[in-house]
Amino acid sequence: MSEKERQFIVSVSPHVRSDVTVARIMWSVSISLLPALGMGLYFFGPRALAVVATCVVSCLVFEAGMQKWMGKPVTISDGSAFLTGLLLGMNLPASLWSFNPFLIHLPILGSFFAIVITKVLFGGLGYNIFNPALIGRAFLLISWPRAMTTWLKPTAGLLGMDAQTTATPLGILKEDGVGKLMEVFGTRTNLYTQLFLGHRAGSIGEVSVIALLAGGLFLLYKRYITWHIPITFLATVAILTWIFGGKDPQTGRIILFAGDPLMHLLSGGLMLGAFFMATDYVTGPSLRAAQVLFGMGCGILTSIIRLIGGFPEGVMFAILLMNCFAPLLDRVIKTSPFGTVKTAAAVPGGPKA
Amino acid sequence: MSAAQKVSYFGLIRNGIFGENPVFRVALSLCPAVAVTNTLKSGLLMGVAVFFVQVMANISISIVRKLIHARIRLPAYILIIGTWVTVANLLLAAYEWPIYKEIGLYVELIVAFAIILSRAELFASKNEVVPSFFDGLGMGLGFMFALGAISFVRELLGNGALLGYHVVNTHPVLLFALPMGGFFAVGLLMGFFNWIDIRFFGGHGASGAGH
Repeated sequence: MSEKERQFIVSVSPHVRSDVTVARIMWSVSISLLPALGMGLYFFGPRALAVVATCVVSCLVFEAGMQKWMGKPVTISDGSAFLTGLLLGMNLPASLWSFNPFLIHLPILGSFFAIVITKVLFGGLGYNIFNPALIGRAFLLISWPRAMTTWLKPTAGLLGMDAQTTATPLGILKEDGVGKLMEVFGTRTNLYTQLFLGHRAGSIGEVSVIALLAGGLFLLYKRYITWHIPITFLATVAILTWIFGGKDPQTGRIILFAGDPLMHLLSGGLMLGAFFMATDYVTGPSLRAAQVLFGMGCGILTSIIRLIGGFPEGVMFAILLMNCFAPLLDRVIKTSPFGTVKTAAAVPGGPKA
Repeated sequence: MSAAQKVSYFGLIRNGIFGENPVFRVALSLCPAVAVTNTLKSGLLMGVAVFFVQVMANISISIVRKLIHARIRLPAYILIIGTWVTVANLLLAAYEWPIYKEIGLYVELIVAFAIILSRAELFASKNEVVPSFFDGLGMGLGFMFALGAISFVRELLGNGALLGYHVVNTHPVLLFALPMGGFFAVGLLMGFFNWIDIRFFGGHGASGAGH
């Protein structure tokens, strides 16, 4: 065809060219996670690095291997498998890398579950129902509960190979109550400071709130995520834990409006989950109003699990459960196009056709 | 199976085990496939119970098929199946009491298993006794094979054991011993058999695969 004809070809939308590609977003999110990762490595030492590196490498290998085996183009350079591995590694305790030969394979098995079962078997990037990194962690937590809840004490040294283990702040809160938490951390100000900086037991990437906030604000500034999911998620948790979080130390009965929302906001994987996991494009809703509902649902489930559930931390299960509802929320919120006439058959209770 | 008369008896058995495997190809009776397959022994015993009921129900329904009025055929089939389920139930309770305590509820539920009623409706009510017997044999064996395969995977991965004997000396994948592991095992095995069918036999897999 001639050059003139070529200019008249009309293709399907979208026509707007943008330099914001999948790969660019994925690598940007990975970069925004680096401060939190750095803090995790600082507190937990080389074992944390080994866990994260194992996850990243095995996620990349599984993704490339599956795509090659299935005869599809290998797309590991888009950064999505790298990001999944990074998030999975940051969601695991550093104690997984030990000289116990049974535990070294756990990050690899988690990556297998995340990439092969959750992502590739469901059709690859963009088709997975659940957040792959969180499914990988849920699989590990359910299958090896003891190994997954052995938390290293933050040593703030680079060579803490024989570190002590301890409980997470939320674990202490669940098992022994607020009094014990105060005993461990001293004053409330000290508790908040330690949680904010990250000097506490927990998963590698979740400990340092200030680093996570920096990464999250970077993503908000670049407009790769919007405020709707993180802010509603955090606000719901804050309000619910403030109302229902207070407990009478003697009787164990709930005192209304006596909770400690700041402690709940700063502890656990809430910041990591709210800014980096719940905002996943694939597994979250895409309409703004649906995102608000999604964030609120995550917050409600997290608060329920933290306050009355069996696990001390509920962010992971909350996000996974809300992932199921994401398509439904989009469908409920979606308005019908202008000019659509409701037919008699579509109205419940209307005349039968 | 309208052309059933042309099919050999061996073909009927093979059809039940591979071509129309109740669990992996037709995806019927998935409730027991998830619920009673956490150990190989309970899975196999459940398979034996279903095998027994399937064969006997197929024979009985085929014998009396001309006496049953078409309008009341389903209640009549259920009664016949229920009779044989009672027999299987009492036999298991008498001879395998420890296992029966775990799977007893599901043995009684065999009455409502879709695969048995569907073979009664699709095959036994339209065919002679001998082909019905072989159809029941194939379907029962297919079900037993499916439950055996699922519970083999689940007990090996979830407990590191087989038939109660320790075989793998490591931390097992607890997930496979839990109910959710049943869903994973069924799904993965179904995909595996679809893959074999598509890759080596040029089939299309079970409905839904590759479409």
